[in-house]
Amino acid sequence: MRGRWPLAFWLGLFGLTWLLSAFSFQLSKTLDARWLLKYPKQWELPLEGAIKSFLDWLVEDANFGLFTFRDLTRAIAAVVEMPYQILRDLLIEGFSSGIGDAAVQIAPSLSWIAVITCATAIGHYARDWKLGALVGGCFLYLAVFGQWESAMITLSSVLVAVPIGAVGGLLLGIAAYRTPWFDRMMRPFLDLMQTVPVFAYLVPILILFGFGPVAALVATVIYAMPPMVRITVLALRGVPEEVIEAGRMAGCTRRQLMWKVLVPSATPSLMVGVNQVIMLTLNMVIIASMIGAGGLGFDVLAALRRLDIGGGIEAGLAIVVMAIALDRASQAFAERSQRARLSGNLVRRHPWSTTVFVVIAATLALGLVLPGVQSYPDRLTLTTGPFWGEAMKWINVNFFDTFEAIKVVILNWLLLPVKKFFGGIPWAWGILVMGLIAGRIGGWKLGLLAALLMGFIAATGLWPKAMVTIYLCGVSVLIATLIGIPLGIWAAERPGAGRVILGLMDTLQTLPSFVYLIPVVMLFRVGDFSAMVAVVLYALAPAVRYAAHGLRSVPEALIEAGTMSGCTRSQLLWRIKLPMAAPHLLLGLNQTIMLALSMLVITALVGTRDLGQEVYIALAKAQAGPGVVAGLSVAFIAIVADRIFNALAEGQKRRLGL
Amino acid sequence: MDRPVILECRKVWKIYGAQADSFLTRNSRPKKGELSAAGLIGAVRDANVQIHKGEIFVIMGLSGSGKSTLVRCLSRLIEPTAGEIFFEGQNLLSMPEKDLIRIRRTKMGMVFQQFALLPHLTVLENAAFPLDVQGVPRAERMERARKVVELVGLKGREGNYPRELSGGQQQRVGIARSLAVEPDLWFLDEPFSALDPLIRREMQDEFIRLQNMLHKTIVFITHDFDEAIRLADRIAVMKDGAIEQVATPEELVLRPATDYVAEFTRHVSRSKVIRAVSVMEPLAGDSFAGEVPHDARIEQIADQVEASALPHRVMQDGQAIGQITRQAVIDVLVGRR
Repeated sequence: MRGRWPLAFWLGLFGLTWLLSAFSFQLSKTLDARWLLKYPKQWELPLEGAIKSFLDWLVEDANFGLFTFRDLTRAIAAVVEMPYQILRDLLIEGFSSGIGDAAVQIAPSLSWIAVITCATAIGHYARDWKLGALVGGCFLYLAVFGQWESAMITLSSVLVAVPIGAVGGLLLGIAAYRTPWFDRMMRPFLDLMQTVPVFAYLVPILILFGFGPVAALVATVIYAMPPMVRITVLALRGVPEEVIEAGRMAGCTRRQLMWKVLVPSATPSLMVGVNQVIMLTLNMVIIASMIGAGGLGFDVLAALRRLDIGGGIEAGLAIVVMAIALDRASQAFAERSQRARLSGNLVRRHPWSTTVFVVIAATLALGLVLPGVQSYPDRLTLTTGPFWGEAMKWINVNFFDTFEAIKVVILNWLLLPVKKFFGGIPWAWGILVMGLIAGRIGGWKLGLLAALLMGFIAATGLWPKAMVTIYLCGVSVLIATLIGIPLGIWAAERPGAGRVILGLMDTLQTLPSFVYLIPVVMLFRVGDFSAMVAVVLYALAPAVRYAAHGLRSVPEALIEAGTMSGCTRSQLLWRIKLPMAAPHLLLGLNQTIMLALSMLVITALVGTRDLGQEVYIALAKAQAGPGVVAGLSVAFIAIVADRIFNALAEGQKRRLGL
Repeated sequence: MDRPVILECRKVWKIYGAQADSFLTRNSRPKKGELSAAGLIGAVRDANVQIHKGEIFVIMGLSGSGKSTLVRCLSRLIEPTAGEIFFEGQNLLSMPEKDLIRIRRTKMGMVFQQFALLPHLTVLENAAFPLDVQGVPRAERMERARKVVELVGLKGREGNYPRELSGGQQQRVGIARSLAVEPDLWFLDEPFSALDPLIRREMQDEFIRLQNMLHKTIVFITHDFDEAIRLADRIAVMKDGAIEQVATPEELVLRPATDYVAEFTRHVSRSKVIRAVSVMEPLAGDSFAGEVPHDARIEQIADQVEASALPHRVMQDGQAIGQITRQAVIDVLVGRR
């Protein structure tokens, strides 16, 4: 849609909105119409109550004939809990029989040496000695720096959730690949799942499954599965038609075709999905400490609540170390190519299995005599907590004024004016404007959808909080883009710098979102500014990556044509590369917005007053209604933004004939 | 042709687009214009083909002419919109899935343009794959796979993965795989099109060598007319989904049925196609420089015939059936006929 007078349309819309926002208070006074500012209570949809009674009904009365809903949740809980408990026993607690005081230990847990050997073995098996050393080193770090137990609790959760999420996602993906109607049914559901903020999952699950590791695991699996479903469908569709035909001509049955041809051919792509499941699982296991997952996430949360700087950083670093180990190892598995099988006897064919087995047996025996072999000796533990505490104190003593000055300037000159602008927009006008913007960019259908979704937010009485969310998101995305795109350009133009920058972004993106809060709170304490900094850090990566990727994928011939026309470097950049990369930049912006929104909800922990706070309060009070409604509102904002930017990118692509 | 028909298709149509089936029941022989007016695409239009045991039948056409679709209809990888296909007398299209799978497992083999090898299997395992899906025990299928791998000249590369091989070697694996079940009917869908010209030539020689050993019934797809005349017993020329002419290479050159075929064959080096018997004259006089076999291509006998002013006798079954002169050979060589 490129109507006439594009500039006049946008300027006019902005001008009108600004006027209405600035004078809405006076306007409502003169007209004596309070409803202009505040959505009337009596018009609100009674959604929260409906959700609450629905959940109550599910828990109390729902009956599927053979079994009740409660039986179902208990069955799920049992299925999840058993492997989790076994893993916990294996990694930390040791196996015992009997309950309570009567418990007798049958076998101890794996010793720390055995676990580190396992980790090293996996790293080496996945790629080479270097990776083995890295992964083993990461685990050694966890032992030496006293994070072992929490880390093993987190690891048990990850190890239970990942197979369930990956296999479940694979099976759902296969079903969607095979049956088109199932695919169509799943699609909007997956869209919603990926945009509903993580906290919002937790509330209903908390109510259905209660507080504890099982609820956390269920939430984690639900959170980590959708990308696997998507990747599975894409990976199966990506198998060349001829390969499928070759399978059919070989006389494969449907099942053989799936498991002997399609799935193995798609394995490299599927492994990328598994890597994603692992990283999302880790992210969620950390966040789910709020509903009782325990482990490293709980340590961070507790430290944040106590404002224990050192402890928070220690646990946060442990999470980072673990994320790096899991990410590198699973990526290596994804890229791992088939190798020739070793020949010889059992021991020679499986050198690593043998080594691991020997180490486990040896440490098991030795551990009975020497406790230091069984669990890492406490007196050798290094603690960095006090060091970090001192370091932060030193920074705050010496740089407090600098940080404070930056904070005040940005608050007064950027955050507050924007907040006032968004906060002042009357809700009815806001809905209309959203509809107009979306309609102008993506056609009347999109406009209608945008207006409807925004209308939902107003109708649930969450308009003011939604505006805070939009303002914080907008400012953060703006700043992330202003930093990210130049970084991306730099990375694309200078391969040396590119490796460093993109490597850094890769690592940033593997970190669980929780971790970002720690340094920010330490330096800037709580409030909108801290939230913004955390969001910018978290959402920076896609802006950089897409910019770099967009610039690099400009066809070589075009650049050569530009060079031969006598373009200077900057002319090449501004006149050829950037316009050609525009669709990529827009998609990067879209991703940045999505990440910003998901992070924004988590920043409720550092005291923002937006939709995230609403979800967070609902979680604390275990109120499903408000939590789900606020979560849906965030999802709707995300969906509107996603559709608008996708439409922009598509339009841009069409114009460039890509 | 006296050899038995192994594969026959009658009035086969493949139409893409909404409600293609019902369109064809209303109008059983639509013209091309009628199809496109209804928003449909006729990928295969009214194809009739008989393939005889032991022959190399080449389906030839430019890209988009429907040749790949036709071969996929013949193997029922694609369901035709209408028509009948008989394989060894059985109706392939009405056959239940189970029987079709059985036929594919034992009687058909197919080679693909992009090789279509399974990336996670070694050369040997790829070749053994059709046996694997049939449930042949591991030791036996590896043994049989080893034989076909050796047959296609890949001995020593059994343990390699496809990505470690060159294009030509990958296609050898594809050929080995398609031969592992010792099929009666062998489909080759542009098997050499993805290869460099030199490798293509080499693979064609390899293919001829294999066929001289194996005597399969072959359906060979190509867009390369030189390849077609080099390999084919008979050629079907396709255009816009319809078969323009089915004939031997020589007939196509000498008696093209349509302008399209004529245009196609115009620039072929005719001496490679035309046989002595086609340009001979009745015997006249009784002084001859020598003898040539009746089915020799002009290319093969040109030097011999041109060397003498006297004509050569054309021999069939020990009998002289005509004579060939220097002039006739030169006419063919310069393209006068």
